[in-house]
Amino acid sequence: MTAWMSEWASEWPRTLVPLPVVLPLFAAGLTLALARRPRAQRTISVIALSIVVLASITMLVLTDRGRGTYSIDVGGWPARLGIPLVADRLSTLMLVVSSVVTLAVLLYSLSQGVADGEEGTPVSIFHPTYLVLSAGVSNAFLSGDLFNLYVGFEILLAASYILLTLGGTKARVRAGTTYVVVSLLSSMVFLTAIALVYTATGTVTMAELSVRLQEIDPDVRLVLHLLLLVGFGIKAAVFPLSAWLPDSYPTAPAPVTAVFAGLLTKVGVYAIIRTETLLFPGDEAHTLLLWVALATMLVGILGAIAQNDVKRLLSFTLVSHIGYMVFGIALGTAAGLSGAVFYVAHHITVQTTLFLVAGLVERHSGSTSLGSLGALAKRAPLLAVLFFVPAMNLAGIPPFSGFLGKLGLLQAGVDVGTTSAYVLVAGGVITSLLTLYAIAKVWNRAFWQEPLVEPGDDPPEAGNSGLATATEVGVRTPVGMLLPTAALVVVGVGITFVAGPLFGVSDRAAQDLLDRTPYTSTVLHDRVPEVGE
Amino acid sequence: MSPNLTLVVISGVLVASGVSLLLERTLTRVLIGIVLLGNGINVLYLVASGRPGLAPILGGGTTAEDMSDPLPQAMVLTAIVITLGMVAFVLALAYRSWQIDGHDEVQDDVEDRRIVRRAELDETSGSYDDDTAETSEEEGEGVPR
Repeated sequence: MTAWMSEWASEWPRTLVPLPVVLPLFAAGLTLALARRPRAQRTISVIALSIVVLASITMLVLTDRGRGTYSIDVGGWPARLGIPLVADRLSTLMLVVSSVVTLAVLLYSLSQGVADGEEGTPVSIFHPTYLVLSAGVSNAFLSGDLFNLYVGFEILLAASYILLTLGGTKARVRAGTTYVVVSLLSSMVFLTAIALVYTATGTVTMAELSVRLQEIDPDVRLVLHLLLLVGFGIKAAVFPLSAWLPDSYPTAPAPVTAVFAGLLTKVGVYAIIRTETLLFPGDEAHTLLLWVALATMLVGILGAIAQNDVKRLLSFTLVSHIGYMVFGIALGTAAGLSGAVFYVAHHITVQTTLFLVAGLVERHSGSTSLGSLGALAKRAPLLAVLFFVPAMNLAGIPPFSGFLGKLGLLQAGVDVGTTSAYVLVAGGVITSLLTLYAIAKVWNRAFWQEPLVEPGDDPPEAGNSGLATATEVGVRTPVGMLLPTAALVVVGVGITFVAGPLFGVSDRAAQDLLDRTPYTSTVLHDRVPEVGE
Repeated sequence: MSPNLTLVVISGVLVASGVSLLLERTLTRVLIGIVLLGNGINVLYLVASGRPGLAPILGGGTTAEDMSDPLPQAMVLTAIVITLGMVAFVLALAYRSWQIDGHDEVQDDVEDRRIVRRAELDETSGSYDDDTAETSEEEGEGVPR
């Protein structure tokens, strides 16, 4: 009896592992069936995602409290044949942040849908698609199998295609086309890479690949490595492969852009972390990644400075800050990886919040163009506060987590001490300053000074409607949209307060990543390490 | 294992034509490009599965040496289904584009076009803060510029 009990006590957390994938998928089916009952749809979505948040937090606590990595073989096939789902510190931390953000954006979108009178968009498919997106993201984070990672990517991409072109208006179809074609291309590259990896090694289980890839010809390994990096690089919007992002994100509805900006690129970054640490540790592509990181930071932020629209400007800062994460990964040290993981957690929250605030601004003033916005600090002080805090956080002003994340990365760069690392550190500092400049420009033009209208500058309809609604003092912003945004602002600030423990988790996650054995031994021998081992 | 040359050549040709079609501006051609590219990569999985053999079913008297490798086939089936779904979506997108615009050419971004126009006219960017103009207004007329 006691043996059974103790076995159960050590086994039950494994039942949580598939939950973040299965539950949203199940709820998606249910909401699709209830397409004509919006209230039931909303309830189901909120409940499903709340459970996912709780399950993720439980898993993070359990994996971090010395119980190590959990893995479960889907369908009972052993890992070499079947598909393992693996929850280690990195993936559970990612799950926690992503599920919290997903839930907050869902709550925001609920009251937006109510407030906007649904504008003829087929909202009945919004909930199923959104839940499928969430399942895809979780699947990508948990997958211990390269092909299942591909499937996870496809699930979330297919959902994102639909969300991006929701309603099928002219602008969205145009933006969606670019996005779909580029994403399809990246999937094709990834698929080719998987075929070649299988041909070279005879397996696609990541734990096994980590051993077998070391045994093959180094030149073949480099080709495989670069192919995978190109595939993930497009998804993560790393510089030469990032042009699609600022072109397609801004046209989508605000909550959709927010969740895309927060999550989708970070799934790519997560995949790059796994590739660099588990599959190809210490390969020579690190140097390439360093320079790519520098280019991403600088080109992205220079693009942001030239923008005249809040959403586009934010899209460019998103690209730019992906550079910081790639920088941490490319350093390859524990401190660098830890900084990258921390930065991902920080950036998901902050970037999502900023896009949600941009949505609120658009709702309040009818436009996000800096030309027609103005004096929002006077007209909507609450909105100004909601923008100011995450914006300063993004720019890395000292008390906030953005500062701590950047500090961690820069320190890791200085510790490595090579010339290229110092160049990267300098690049990081410059990018941070330029981010502050770009953000200050938005603050000045949209929130501080009176609107300056340049007639020939904006398309007439946007300019007029923007001015008209901005001058008669604002549409009331629904509380249901404000609350989730404010909650995310608080979470973003909260990361500063829990930065110590969070850096603790990310340090241990980075150590696991560099050791590799916790991951591989759990997946391959399928045993749960004892407490305190 | 030596790869099957015919399959490799077929895959190469399909991928090459797929890529060249993908670079076109019309969505329908892009669609055909995606189909060819996808099929080319699917053929690559047949290369990956190695020497063809008997059906991999246990208990029918077949030994492991005679079987073909089932794993790439399972993967390629998944890939085929996914590509099919994506192609259907792109087709719908092309049709919607044709419904709205009367053609299915992918347009340039509005903001990009505006920037190109400004560059041609040699104007400053819309995000450029023209501080000098404001100060001269505040300090009164007649300030030489």
